[in-house]
Formats: sequence, structure tokens, C-alpha cells
Amino acid sequence: MKASLAAGLAGLLFAVGLGLGGMTDPAKVVGFLDVAGAWDPSLAFVMAGALGSHALLRRLILRRRRPVLAPAFPTAGTTRVDARLVAGAALFGVGWGLAGYCPGPALVVLPVGGATVLLFVVGMVVGMGAFRWWESRLTARTQAQPG
Amino acid sequence: MNSYLLPLLGGVLIGVAASLLLLFNGRVAGISGILGGLLAPAPGEAGWRGAFLLGLAGGGVLLALVRPHAFGAPVVPGLGVAVVAGLLVGFGTRLGNGCTSGHGVCGLARGAGRSLVATLVFMATGALTVFVARHVVGGAP
Repeated sequence: MKASLAAGLAGLLFAVGLGLGGMTDPAKVVGFLDVAGAWDPSLAFVMAGALGSHALLRRLILRRRRPVLAPAFPTAGTTRVDARLVAGAALFGVGWGLAGYCPGPALVVLPVGGATVLLFVVGMVVGMGAFRWWESRLTARTQAQPG
Repeated sequence: MNSYLLPLLGGVLIGVAASLLLLFNGRVAGISGILGGLLAPAPGEAGWRGAFLLGLAGGGVLLALVRPHAFGAPVVPGLGVAVVAGLLVGFGTRLGNGCTSGHGVCGLARGAGRSLVATLVFMATGALTVFVARHVVGGAP
């Protein structure tokens, strides 16, 4: 219960940051990506603020033995740069450029944004489901072929 | 206010929010991962994920009340394109294991080379997509 409350407050603050930073305005996002047109650099400042503050705070936080409400900090995952990483990031970028929404801002806009963002989020969840299905089929096929 | 001060402040709030999730819940604030993990949650995983996402949506309601101009009009040319963009974002972020927040903020903040590659790639294809949509198809100069 406490953990859910903490996570909910973190989500709320995250949303306010996205909104003040301009990430919830798709025209601003597309303006940032439009390097050949009237480039709007303001989102680079959002990124710098987020990156700088989180890099600093996480160093302080990781001096603790464990999180306040959880047993352990996340362990470092894979460091491999592979085709999946590159292809996934590439597809994500195309969708981001088309709509001007990445997952966080889309969920912030969802309760107040109307049909466009609703359909974007539906597409996003279906896309995530499709990935699960594709990956489970891939795993099943690999296991069916020994050696 | 200075036009870059507010984005910087918004960014700092994002960084602090990600830090709170790490400090209290021991979790990385990657939105696509948090949402994706909710599709078929392992035991004990649904609560904090659902709460974080509800907080995000609640933040949207709050912003609509105090700062309605934070939301601009959609830029997609049609509802079909919105669905296709969503599909690409959903599938792509799960395949690439992260989005703007997971790779672009949290990953870069811990100095992960993987996240640097991912961020450069999605920025590049995003810029290329906007270039094609605006200047090739859309006819903007």
C-alpha cells in the first residue's frame, strides 16, 4: 500500500514535469525533431534537466543499502548492443515522429486528450501485446528445435 | 519566464520523480516498461505499476486544470495514422527495451552505452520521419 502510494506520487510528479517541460504538446515535440525546419531546441533542456538531476540523485540514493519500501535496487541488466535494440529504437522513433507522443506524455494526455490520443494509446497497448505474442512464438519455436 | 527555464525546470521534476521511484520502490522509471509489465503482471507487480500510471494520468487532469495550454492540438493527419504510430511505439519500445524515459533519461543517467545507442537511433528515425512527413509529403519548405 505504501509502495503504491509512493509510486503514484512519483507518477504524478513525473507528469507535471512532462507538462511544464512541453512534452505533452505534440507540436513542440515535432518541432524539436524538425531539424531541417524551424528547430525548437527547448526539449533538449527538458532532457538536460532530467538527466542532470537524476544522474546526481541516483548516485546519492545508491549509497543506501536498499530502497525505502523495497528489498533491493535493480541489478544492472545486459550491456549488449544488438539488432533488437537498434530495430526497436528505430521503430519507436518513427511512431514518435509521426504522432509527437512517446509513452509517458501519451498517458498524461489520455484523460483529457480526446480520440486521437485514445487511439494512439490503444495502438500502443496492442503493439506491446503483439510483441509479447511474437516473442512467445519465437521462444516456443527455438525450444522445439533442439541443438 | 525564460523560454528555456521552464523546460529545464520540467526536466528537473522528471529527474526527481524518477529518483523518488528509485528511492522508495527501487524501480527504474521507464514508462514503456512499466506499462508493458502490466499486460501480464507477475505476482506483486501490478500494484506499483498501476499506481504509477494512475499518477501519470492524474497529473494530466491536474495540468488540464492549472495549465491547460500545456496540451497542444494533435499533429497526426488522421486517426488511422494515430493508431499506426501507437502500434510502432508499443512494439518498438518493447523490442528495444525502453523509450524516451527508460533509455533517454534513466539509462543515460547511469551511463549505459546501450541506452546511448537507443537514444541516438530513436532521435534519428524520429527526425527522419518528421522530415519526410513535413518537408517531402507535407510540402513545407
